[in-house]
Amino acid sequence: MRLKTTLTSAALALALAVTSGVQAGTLEDVQARGVLRCVVSTGIAGFAAPNASGVWEGFDIDFCRATAAAVLGDANKIEAVTSTGKTRFTRLNAGEGDVLWRNTTITFSRDVGVKLRFHGVNYYDGQGFMVKKDLGISSATELDGASVCIQTGTTTELNLADYFASNGMSYEAVTIETNDEARQNYEAGRCDVYTTDASGLASTRSALPDPDAHMVLPEIISKEPLGPATRHGDDQWSDIITWVLNATITAEELGVTSANVDSLAGKTGVSDHPEIRRLLGVDGSQGSELGLANDWAYQIIKQVGNYGEIFERNIGVNTPLGIARGYNALWTDGGLQYSPPFR
Amino acid sequence: MTKQYTPGTHPDLPPPTRTRGPIAWMRLNLFSSPLNALLTILSVWLLWLIVPGIMEWIALDSIWTASDRKDCWAQMNEPRDGACWAFIKSSFQLFLFGWYPEDLRWRPMLCFLLFLIAVVGILKDDLPGKRYWLWYAVAFPFIATWLLIGGFGLTPVPTTKFGGILLTLIVGIASLSFSLPIGILLALGRRSKLPALRTVCVLFIEFIRGVPLITLLFVASTMLMYFLPPGSTFDILMRVLIMVTLFASAYIAEVVRGGLQGLSSGQYEAADSLGLNYWRAHQLIILPQALKISIPGIINTFIGAFKDSTLVIIIGMMDILGLGRARLNDPEWLGLAPELYIFVSLFFFICCFSMARYSLSLEKRLATEHKQ
Repeated sequence: MRLKTTLTSAALALALAVTSGVQAGTLEDVQARGVLRCVVSTGIAGFAAPNASGVWEGFDIDFCRATAAAVLGDANKIEAVTSTGKTRFTRLNAGEGDVLWRNTTITFSRDVGVKLRFHGVNYYDGQGFMVKKDLGISSATELDGASVCIQTGTTTELNLADYFASNGMSYEAVTIETNDEARQNYEAGRCDVYTTDASGLASTRSALPDPDAHMVLPEIISKEPLGPATRHGDDQWSDIITWVLNATITAEELGVTSANVDSLAGKTGVSDHPEIRRLLGVDGSQGSELGLANDWAYQIIKQVGNYGEIFERNIGVNTPLGIARGYNALWTDGGLQYSPPFR
Repeated sequence: MTKQYTPGTHPDLPPPTRTRGPIAWMRLNLFSSPLNALLTILSVWLLWLIVPGIMEWIALDSIWTASDRKDCWAQMNEPRDGACWAFIKSSFQLFLFGWYPEDLRWRPMLCFLLFLIAVVGILKDDLPGKRYWLWYAVAFPFIATWLLIGGFGLTPVPTTKFGGILLTLIVGIASLSFSLPIGILLALGRRSKLPALRTVCVLFIEFIRGVPLITLLFVASTMLMYFLPPGSTFDILMRVLIMVTLFASAYIAEVVRGGLQGLSSGQYEAADSLGLNYWRAHQLIILPQALKISIPGIINTFIGAFKDSTLVIIIGMMDILGLGRARLNDPEWLGLAPELYIFVSLFFFICCFSMARYSLSLEKRLATEHKQ
């Protein structure tokens, strides 16, 4: 009897601990710990990879750094929690990471089924095709009868079948397991076309001995919006992640860069533009409404940069990956990157 | 004029030239029949085709100093002409230690040195003070843990900083050294006359053997967290070590059980007739013989378990293979997968080959019975 009571109370205590654990603010946890733990990938070229001395670098890492700059005032106070495609959500949901910046496609089942909150799109990806230039092809609609290298067991396989069927074309699939294997098969001429997400194509192309002899066709046949995610149940933290991403996009739209932010934020000069003043914390109290320092966005832009700077530094045309902005250009330039106003 | 010898004074003459020297060796070993001659010629021709190309790629045309892959390939006649070892060299420290703080790297190095001393202590029979060496070997895991993790006067280093070869060796050495005693106990438990103990051991062994290591690692990385209250972080490395150890010990248990069953019942009866109790009998008579029989199987399991430790990649831990694969995605060094995989294979080959050689020397040293 007594054992039963003890067990019941232990179970109750555990249940309470569970609920209270979820309720505890991630923001307070991060600030108390002094380090932001980002769930990142185990290596995706341009998005997250350790450099020669082990420092993580990449597009996703820079957004993690931006979050740390906003929350802790120091972009370097991050810890990369490496995760594979299979473990990323459990590591986030188990509280081993505070936020997921990991090249993750936003889908209904992940948003609703895995109980995640997504906070906008930091990279619009989609499945594309790469061919050798000397094939003389300029569009994916000319690929009838081509042999296609494709990774098995991925959605790219289904997208490919759908695309070819709906265009009344046929193809011969050369199935492979990894990106490196695909590149070697493609290089050896065992397939005419390699298809995967456009960002993956860019890194594959840059690793070829003669990248200029190959081109990525303009057709994108699937939607792969990549964005950050957090756990359910912490609205304040969700807001912070949402607006960290928005701040980088808005800063680019308003022309605020890491180079000129000091002259706009009242350090060496101040801007007259009302939205810039609100963004950089010169006017208003948007930072403290988020629970952050009022110069949170200034810290992001000063230490990491605006969206365009992050893009160009890690995956832009002057990097080995050489990805054009495309869909990821600002809406004012014909792209899809669009932030709600800071008002 | 032939010289005459009195019987018994003729000096030893050299054997006929056709039965000694390299020519004889070749006749005997390479060209002993038309088929063997054909096979020899075929093999030499194949080696001639393959080896020079490989040697050129690995050694002669390889590049050791370059700032990035472009630079590396620019130094060759044609991209991919040779290996670009500069890639491995650029992050060699990272591959060795992972993210272990640079100013504290003497600690893992000291650990490795202590490990070698412990190994030598166990291997050599003729060292003075054998007993102390064994105590040292037993104490080593604790000393190593203290040195690596810190605390008690040393700067603490979180296990998330471990990576590369350091992590591989930690997982390998820890799981191997703990799985042997656990495996022996399980094997004894499985043959025990106590039904409860026997059932538990059988269930444990069969369950662990019936489940893939990947599944156990996933349980370690994801499900354990759901059983524990949130906020209580149970170190992921510790979880993985426990799982890999349990996995290896189940296999060791079966190997040792094979050894126990290989002993003739006379040995057990002899021990009983001497009046030894269970533990003394096993310590003095049964286990020394059973373990000796099981050495090849144990080492086989060790080698398998050591290589299986690379599976920790799939739960996002950066052992040498995982870290290497992450480095393959550095935009500056894209496309150098062959170099990386050769490097990792070489590391594993050295480790596994030394284990195999050790097993052989151990077998020879312990071969006390008369050769048939």
